[in-house]
Amino acid sequence: MNIVVCVKYVPDAQADRTFSQDNTTDRTNVDGLLSELDEYAVEEALKLAEAGEGEVTVVTVGPDGAAEAIKKALQMGADKGVHVLDDAIHGSDAPATSLVLAEAVKKAAGGSPELVLMGLASTDGTMSVVPAMLAERLGLPQITQLSSLEIADGKVTGRRDSDAASDTLEAPLPAVVSVTDQINEPRYPSFKGIMAAKKKPVETWSLADLGVDAGQVGLESAWTKVESFTARPPREQGEIVTDEGDGGTKLAEFLAKAKLI
Amino acid sequence: MPVERVLPTTDAADLIELTREIARRELAPRVEQAEASATPPREVFGTLGRAGLLSLPYPEEYGGGGQPYEVYLQVVEELAAAWMSVAVGVSVHSLTVFPVDKFGSDSQRKVLLPDMLGGEFLGAYCLSEREAGSDIASMRTRATVADDGSATISGTKSWISHAGKADYYTSFLRTDDTGGKGISCFVVPADAPGLSFGSPERKMGLDGDPVAEVHYEKVPVSADRMIGERGQGMSIALAALDAGRLGIAAAATGLAQSAVELAASYAKERVQFGRAIADNQGLAFLLADMDAQTAAARATYLHAARLKDAGRPFSKEAAIAKLIATDAAMKVTTDAVQVLGGAGYTKDFPAERFMREAKVTQIFEGTNQIQRLVISRHLLRQVGNGKGSNA
Ligand SMILES: Cc1cc2nc3c(=O)[nH]c(=O)nc-3n(C[C@H](O)[C@H](O)[C@H](O)COP(=O)(O)OP(=O)(O)OC[C@H]3O[C@@H](n4cnc5c(N)ncnc54)[C@H](O)[C@@H]3O)c2cc1C
Ligand SMILES: Cc1cc2nc3c(=O)[nH]c(=O)nc-3n(C[C@H](O)[C@H](O)[C@H](O)COP(=O)(O)OP(=O)(O)OC[C@H]3O[C@@H](n4cnc5c(N)ncnc54)[C@H](O)[C@@H]3O)c2cc1C
Repeated sequence: MNIVVCVKYVPDAQADRTFSQDNTTDRTNVDGLLSELDEYAVEEALKLAEAGEGEVTVVTVGPDGAAEAIKKALQMGADKGVHVLDDAIHGSDAPATSLVLAEAVKKAAGGSPELVLMGLASTDGTMSVVPAMLAERLGLPQITQLSSLEIADGKVTGRRDSDAASDTLEAPLPAVVSVTDQINEPRYPSFKGIMAAKKKPVETWSLADLGVDAGQVGLESAWTKVESFTARPPREQGEIVTDEGDGGTKLAEFLAKAKLI
Repeated sequence: MPVERVLPTTDAADLIELTREIARRELAPRVEQAEASATPPREVFGTLGRAGLLSLPYPEEYGGGGQPYEVYLQVVEELAAAWMSVAVGVSVHSLTVFPVDKFGSDSQRKVLLPDMLGGEFLGAYCLSEREAGSDIASMRTRATVADDGSATISGTKSWISHAGKADYYTSFLRTDDTGGKGISCFVVPADAPGLSFGSPERKMGLDGDPVAEVHYEKVPVSADRMIGERGQGMSIALAALDAGRLGIAAAATGLAQSAVELAASYAKERVQFGRAIADNQGLAFLLADMDAQTAAARATYLHAARLKDAGRPFSKEAAIAKLIATDAAMKVTTDAVQVLGGAGYTKDFPAERFMREAKVTQIFEGTNQIQRLVISRHLLRQVGNGKGSNA
């Protein structure tokens, strides 16, 4: 089975994250990495490919640095990579990102892919909407947020867990599937994988290569606009409850006030 | 504060990146709890093994990483900066493979190395005995060799890292009563009948490294498990230790690095007399000395490693590296406790643990007295006799 995995390059949550002049996330002057939630999609694709026949292609839409996300996925074991790189993409919103991804996925798969795997959400935007939008654009069924997945008889089946219930979902292939961080334990690249990744093919495509009109993407054509932002206030000193024999009561009062009990 | 490294290849640079990622995501979250409860992190070695970090300095054709010591040791240093017991374990594992790779026959290498380098196996190195520590030539655990070359082992090895957790035991055993010339090397599988283990030593630190006695009660080993010639064991053990000492030197350097970083960041935040304690030159100079000693330790082990990688003699330099780096680790971690003051003496900060971990590096793989013995013997052999002689 030929699997396409969409992976996003995001600013490292451990490092300082900032915004650019135009109120978009600064993606160039920060340390970035493969979104950790997308590692689960890569792992799932590798497991499926290893269990049978097939090839795993990773696709990313992002700035120069996004090549790092592809590299990481190739080091883990993916077979080839596609990097959609075009200055006009800067500031794109989710609908525009999904438009570019749709064309890239089609081209990477040489028509229709058999399975598209995606993460639960990016760790920077965390909108969780791109998978659904991509499925719509590709005209494929979508099953999102799976915490288990099985492929058999031309169908994909999986479980979606929520607070109150677990659903079992099924769709005919080809389909777009997003997976959660419960589905597997992503592997680390191995040193051999690191060396092998250097020889794997990576293609870089522009919007023109995909036949996407630059006017449909980018900051100007985004449906939403960030007007302003405020830095999160520094954490305040917690309240210290001194135990004068009534510590338990005071603690309970505190928790009740915070509506935690 | 990542250490600035000069690496020979981009593969090596990526390897260091991978090591840092695993250290951050797998080692750092586990170290406190595992050390406090003396739980050996066997599953962490599985993660390292699958990533290829347990077999770096060995040939690719048998599953190794084909890396020079210069690179392998910097990986050990990075691991030690996150978790000393794990770095020591990686170094010990490498030590257990060395005899087979360097002294094994082609067929032994073909049979034994793929498992040893496969990532799932962990080895133990059985040299020391209760009565034979620094003086290994006096060892008594005996392998009685039959005419067909098979052997039966009886006796006890002491202080063995990974005892009871390892998949094989690279063992140095007495085969003849001819002192250092009567020792031979065997690889004993963990499931050999008659092999059993003592209870773990109650140590000062390095609690993630399980150390115990290994008992051999008429343990049978087949002829093809003897590595090298009969009687060659002592020189195999010493050659392995030359390389192993570099692993300990690198680990000690990583430990010192963590202590420097902890102390420096604490000193910038801790306020006394209305200013950060780091603003007192008397304290800042202490930090400077700690940093300088750590950098010197790194330079010394890398020099020895580069000699080894170039195929040149490096025994003396390995002993110097072990001496300098482990003494530096002891000094730097002790000073880190001092910089943290009362907090440094509590278990709320890792400074006291670093100090306990540093101590053992001056003891194992040849005490630092033994390193001086090695260094002085080389030195006195190298210089000529008398004044003005340059023979
Ligand atoms: C601070 C901030 C500022 C923003 N500014 C603007 C703005 O000014 N105007 C605007 O319209 N929008 C803005 N956005 C929205 C932003 O463009 C979207 O976050 C983005 O388009 C994709 O949505 P997501 O990252 O939430 O993806 P999600 O839907 O959370 O991602 C789910 C999955 O989709 C896939 N995926 C997502 N993105 C990619 C990609 N680039 N390449 C490959 N696969 C991908 C991955 O598999 C991922 O796991 C902003 C977001 C943030 C956080
Ligand atoms: C945590 C830990 C893990 C270990 N792991 C292993 C392992 O995996 N495998 C293994 O085989 N061993 C292992 N050892 C054993 C270790 O290598 C020995 O403890 C070490 O070699 C010293 O031997 P000893 O303890 O018998 O000390 P001794 O040899 O009794 O030394 C006692 C003191 O006398 C000094 N001394 C001895 N001889 C001389 C001399 N000629 N000149 C000057 N001073 C001298 C020493 O420097 C030391 O200060 C481990 C030890 C520890 C503590």
